[in-house]
Order: sequence, then structure tokens, then C-alpha cells
Amino acid sequence: MGKLTQAMVMGMALVAVAGCSRNRAPAELPPVDESSYNTGTTSTGGVSNAVVPGSQQDFVASISSDTIYFDTDRYNVDDIDRAALASQAQWLARYPNVRITVEGHADERGTRDYNLALGERRANAARNYLASLGVDAARISVVSFGKERPIALGSDEASWAQNRRAVTVTVQ
Amino acid sequence: MTNRTPIAFVIAAVLSVLTTPLAAQIAPVPAPTAAQPVTPTPPPRETVTGDLAQERTSVIITTFATPAVTATPAGTTAVLGRQIAEVIAADLERSGLYAPRGPDGLRAISMGEVTAPAFAGWRGTGAESLVHGFVRADTAGNLTVGCYLYDMALGSELTRNGFVVQPRDWRRAAHRCADAIYSRLSGEAPFFDSRIAYIAETGPKDARIKRLAIMDSDGANHRFITNGQSIALTPRFSPDYSRIVYVSYAGQRVRVYVYDVGSGSQRIIYESSNTTFAPRWSPDGRFILFSMAAAGNTDIYRIPAAGGTPRRLTDGPGIEVGGSYSPDGTRIVFESDRSGAQQIYVMNADGSDQQRISFGGGRYATPEWSPRGDLIAFTRISGNFRIGVMTPSGGSERLLTDSWQDEAPTWAPNGRIIQFFRTTQGRDGRSQIFQVDLTGVNLRRLPTPVDGSDPSWGPVLP
Repeated sequence: MGKLTQAMVMGMALVAVAGCSRNRAPAELPPVDESSYNTGTTSTGGVSNAVVPGSQQDFVASISSDTIYFDTDRYNVDDIDRAALASQAQWLARYPNVRITVEGHADERGTRDYNLALGERRANAARNYLASLGVDAARISVVSFGKERPIALGSDEASWAQNRRAVTVTVQ
Repeated sequence: MTNRTPIAFVIAAVLSVLTTPLAAQIAPVPAPTAAQPVTPTPPPRETVTGDLAQERTSVIITTFATPAVTATPAGTTAVLGRQIAEVIAADLERSGLYAPRGPDGLRAISMGEVTAPAFAGWRGTGAESLVHGFVRADTAGNLTVGCYLYDMALGSELTRNGFVVQPRDWRRAAHRCADAIYSRLSGEAPFFDSRIAYIAETGPKDARIKRLAIMDSDGANHRFITNGQSIALTPRFSPDYSRIVYVSYAGQRVRVYVYDVGSGSQRIIYESSNTTFAPRWSPDGRFILFSMAAAGNTDIYRIPAAGGTPRRLTDGPGIEVGGSYSPDGTRIVFESDRSGAQQIYVMNADGSDQQRISFGGGRYATPEWSPRGDLIAFTRISGNFRIGVMTPSGGSERLLTDSWQDEAPTWAPNGRIIQFFRTTQGRDGRSQIFQVDLTGVNLRRLPTPVDGSDPSWGPVLP
């Protein structure tokens, strides 16, 4: 993951200021969600490894994280989340025509409808914070997947922590 | 199977046929002098928790007779006579209250025995009740199914019913017969002749394919409705079975659709940029409750089923979601986390007079009002997820299941059995549909072609 540049610096600064406490779920970034919206529309002829500026690939490569994590039944954005969202906002400022969707997710240990509502809360928390950083809210749509699309498949605390998340994806 | 046969209105006519001309045309047959040996019933195909076999009423069900073996599009009347008896036996077995015997291992009966059973011969079985019947094809292509229930000790008829159906609907005639037997013997309302909408699940946990599907109450006549391209969730049959309301991710958004069973077309119930989900019908089918998230805050709304302007019923920063009408349509039970965690509340149908009714430890979710009105079923989350019931005022709480994750109860039309789905742990965890009666003893899995979730049991068919 040699991709973090100025965004990471900024994020680390924020973390340092805030002194975050909460148990973070995954140490590494989960794989990019390929399930929706974005199929990496970066077919650039024969140049297979080129990253097109403004693309989903560019987005993921340029930010500290496309995913923020939540505690059980919670939807507050903490300092680490803010750092990730700040890096997203910075990238979005460079590409003002790119629209995004924030996907809200919950772990499997909740009932279906409630988890849909919880995913909405989480996605909106991310959306609101991005808007507070100057991203036009009209560029941001949200969708809740509730417990329908876990990223970690185990039935244990570590897996559930990875699944309580909000993921930002670009709409190409 | 989408074309429903209006059975009810012909019953009276058939009964008059049965009581007079039919009886006349059946020549009395001498009763057999000795009973054929009866082989024991094979054990039930589904798992039964606990063993109530000794307490269950034994019912003999013979292959239905036919006055003339006639070919129909669903098979000959002789074959149908056996299949109908098998469906009745399976229904009674599934109810948990009866120990059916037959038609396997029982001798065939003559048409004459249908109305004049050879009681003496059957008494050797020790059964308390006896079911006979017949299948007749008429020149118009319809089947007439006659269904007779006898008390063995009294040697007398308890009830008789006749049904005229198209051959393809023969299972409905069998369910109606089973309903008549069940109701007469138990005093409870019928429920076998009903359908279930649910979500059929296949594929890995992180890319699950979830399709809207429907089936009869015994799992027969299964049919997929959506093709799985979009996630489908939480279906509910309209009270008249003409429509299904459900959630679809079509267009990569979460919205409530009304699917018209007859035409196969569907529409969005409310055009909005907001997420709409958790749809439920009012008992009269005129309104749909749904939940809508606006700026992250979910509340419950009501909208005319034909479309129109939603009316907001809850108003607060918590998650208010789901909802289920009382059978008379005057009250709604719903869940809210306004107290800090999911709990169950009731309110008037206009949203007024909201009161919390669940106060036990843990969380309470997915309340469903019984069609009888006397109980509310729910999911209780306290460590594991368990199915329970309480009164509409929150009293007499009882938990009926105990597994890792049982969720989303739905009531049989008579309010005696609750269906739900059970999820198992791990990356290969499955979701399957189960049902349990109000005693909590008779727990069974309802077989489905693939995994299933979000069952929703409709009313007795019209």
C-alpha cells in the first residue's frame, strides 16, 4: 500500500490531535468493493496499469481509506473516520464532477429491517461529515445494505467489526 | 397456480349434491367382515422436537375412492385419490396435533364405504378418527372431491365437505379437506389452504442472491418471481393474494415495490430520493405501512395501496421501523430504539398514543400481531436471537425457540403456528425456514428448494 501521500499526512495529523481511543477493526484496508456502481472503467487501450485521474482506482489509491468503521449499534464518526473522510473530501475537491455513493453496512447480529435503518444512519453520518468539509451534498448519494453484503464472512467479533462500515465509492 | 379457483362459493352447491343425488347413486356395500392388517405409519420426515406422539390424536386416512377411474390433466382420479389422501395426512402431521395413519399401508375402500364406513374393521387400529373421501371427474373437466370425517368410537359422521376444483388445483381441495378435519377436531380456525411468500437464497455470504418466491403452506407449487439480479427482501402477500409488497435493490437503490401477481408487473409505492423499506399491508389491503429513512432518520409511514401521499405516523430521532396492524386495523405494533435499544411499542393506527410494551432484558424486534389479535410475536435479542410471544399489553412473555439466530416471525392464518427463519453461524452459515406452534414443542423445518428467509404467511385463500 504505497499510495498514501498528502492525505495520509493530514490524517495522521488529525489522529495525533485527537488521540483516538476506540478499538479499530481491521488493521489493513479491506479489498475494494467491486459489487456495485463501479467496475473500474479504466480501460485505457493497451496500457493496463495506468490509473486514470478521477477514476475509482485513482480514488482508492489516493485516499487513506474508502471505509470507516463503527461500534455495535453506533453511527458516530470518530477521529480516525474523520481522517479518512478528510482524505476523501480532498480528492473530491480535485474532481468536482465526480459523484459518490456512500454504502452503509451492519453486521449480521441484527434484525434485517433494523440493520437497513442502521446502515442508513452510518452512510448519512459519513455523508454529513463530507458535506461539512465542503463536498456538495448533491454529489453524494447513500444506500444501505444492512446485513446483506458482509465483507468478512465469519460469525465472530472480528468479522462483525469489519462489517459495521460505510464505504465510499465513486459513481462513474 | 396463479389463477385461483373460487372454491368457497361452490361448496354449498356441492354439499347439496353430496347429501342427496350423490348418496343416492352410491350403492350400499356390505362392510368388510375383517379389517386388513394395518402397518405402522413411518416416522415423520421432518424433525420434531420433543415427542408428543402419545398425546396426538390418531387419524386413519384412506386413499380416496373414485366412482370411475378417469383421466384428467393432473393424472387419473385413482392416482389423485391417493395423492389427496397423502397431502391431507402430511398437513395433519405438520400441525403437530395429529398422528395420521395412511394412506400407505391401508387397504383401498369402495365408493360405498365413503358414506358407510366399515367401523368395526378399522377399530382394530386403535385410531380415534377416520377420514374417507372420493374423487370424481365430471364431463366439464372439473374434479369433485368429497371429504368425510368420522368418529370411530361413536361410529358417526363428524363433518363432510365437498370441493369442486380444476384438476390442477387438486392440492387445494386436499388442503381444504385437511382444514375441515383440523377445524372440526381441534376447534381452531383453518390454515392449510394458504400460501407463503419468502426470499430464496443462494450463493456465498458476501454475494448472496436473494429472490422473491412463493409457495403453498406445505412448500408445494413453489415458484420464483424475481430472477435474482437485484436483492429482494421482506415480501408480504396482500390479504387477497393479488399483490406482493417487497423491497428490491433494483436500480441500486432500496425501495418498496408492489408486484401484481396476475400481470407480473410492479411499481414503486412512493417515488422519493429516500430509502423505503419494511412494507406491511393493512388487514383490509387498502393501505401499506412502510419505513422511510430521510437524512438517516427512519420513521414509519402509511400510504394508500393504490398510491398517493404518505402519512407520517412516527416522528422522532430514533429508528422507528417495521410495524404490524392489529387484525381490526385500529392499532399498530412496531419497534423503536428511542429508549437506546430496540423495543416494542404499540400505537393507534393514526400514530397517536404510542406506548412501550416490552421491558425484558436485551432487545426486542420484528413484532407481528397475530391474526387472532391475542398475541404479538417478536424476535428477542439477548445473546442469541429467539422467537417469542407476548400479549398486546406486553404480558405473559414466552420464548418458543432457542438457537443461535431465529428471526422474523410470521403467523399462520389461524394464529396457532409461527414461521420464522433460522440462520447458522460462520462463512457457510445457512438460512432456512422453520415453524413452531405456540406450545414451543412442535418445531419443524419447512423444506424449500434452496435456502430461505423472510417468510410471510398469507391468510386462508379466498
